[in-house]
Amino acid sequence: MMDHAVETTLIVNGTPTTRRIQPRQHLIDFLREELGLTGSHTGCEHGVCGACTVRVDGRIVRGCLMLAVQAAGKCVDTIEGLSDSGEIAELQRAFHERNALQCGFCTPGMLMAAQDLIVKKPHATRDEIRDHLSGNYCRCTGYQAIVDAIETVLKAKQLAADERR
Amino acid sequence: MKAPPFAYIKAGTLAEVFQLLETHGDGARLLAGGQSLLAALNLRLSSPEILIDITGIPGLAGIAVANDKVTIGALTTHAEVERSDEIVKNLPLLAQAAPHIAHVAIRNVGTFGGSIALADPAAEWPACCLALDADFVIVNKHGSRKVRAREFFQALYTTAIGPADVLTAIEIPVATGGSRSAFVELTRRRGDYAIVGVAAMANNTQGVLSGVQLAFLGVDQTPVLAKAAMAEVDGKRLSPAVIAAAAQALASDLDPSGDAYSTPATKLHLARVITGRALSALNA
Repeated sequence: MMDHAVETTLIVNGTPTTRRIQPRQHLIDFLREELGLTGSHTGCEHGVCGACTVRVDGRIVRGCLMLAVQAAGKCVDTIEGLSDSGEIAELQRAFHERNALQCGFCTPGMLMAAQDLIVKKPHATRDEIRDHLSGNYCRCTGYQAIVDAIETVLKAKQLAADERR
Repeated sequence: MKAPPFAYIKAGTLAEVFQLLETHGDGARLLAGGQSLLAALNLRLSSPEILIDITGIPGLAGIAVANDKVTIGALTTHAEVERSDEIVKNLPLLAQAAPHIAHVAIRNVGTFGGSIALADPAAEWPACCLALDADFVIVNKHGSRKVRAREFFQALYTTAIGPADVLTAIEIPVATGGSRSAFVELTRRRGDYAIVGVAAMANNTQGVLSGVQLAFLGVDQTPVLAKAAMAEVDGKRLSPAVIAAAAQALASDLDPSGDAYSTPATKLHLARVITGRALSALNA
């Protein structure tokens, strides 16, 4: 194979990380294979399934539709980062309690997308929850339990916000 | 699947891009958001020698309104268009269409210019630009030119952009006071490519529709202006008879090719259904 390798630095879960990588390597393979962060999943690799959803500079993206070299200099947050920081603890608990996962393959991507909704649209309706998750496939749950879990968290946060007023 | 090997360079200026395009010819592809290109690479439908990342070039992103014209930089993302107050105010059709483009994670990265330059016939922005009579600003090392949307989309994935050219901006006249717009699209799943869709515009003067534009996506090799159907509505008050006449006329405007899920007859039927919905929305 021709060597087109480029030295690339990304800030992954807060830590600057430098590797010499091939431009053809997409962000998810970089995270999984170079860094061992296997929480984000490689699914369809053409942007349909959402299993590879990660956050780049605060916005959710498809990890399979972004080259790692494109993310040079950017802040990448993975499910490991969100989980370790406690940012999604409530969501994780709600997913567990509501049985919002079975095989778990889609779950990291679902949690990334759900957290994005919780931050951006704290008053989202069930329809808006479904709309926001439209890019994430789940082949087990039928989605109902996932929507329930996210709605539970949204309502709990609204209640807490109302009580503070 | 994984993309085939290629070289990558992030250009800092347009001059650098022109130089690289000259050096690499057909072997080069421009990379903006990459939301279609990366999928094509992963599926090995495309195997360029080099990707030229243009996202580091200053001045190619953002939305500006001046002289009754909205200028959208080619690198402006779908999400930026979707969230822009200027767009809601001046080009509501684009705000109506934006939520139909793929999914949040893709709209965060994919660009307006990328969608136009790729010219996927099932994509939303090309049809909107046709309905809005947009101009595309195309630049090469010799200078810049503008091409009207009507002359821009030439064949499947084929546009007026030449091998030495870069699309830098889209210019669209500001919607006037009496204008109404509607965007209707049918998909198998929210965010999928359209089975069929329509971008519709008209001036509504006390219930009389004029300057009617109906641009379809997902029916042919390029987005299509349904001129016969437009003529059936122009200068009239909307009624069930006018909607029926427009729907009937679509048979001469559209010659849909079938796909894996829909026959040509189904697509024509669905185009008629959404035409009725779009016209009713223009009248609301």
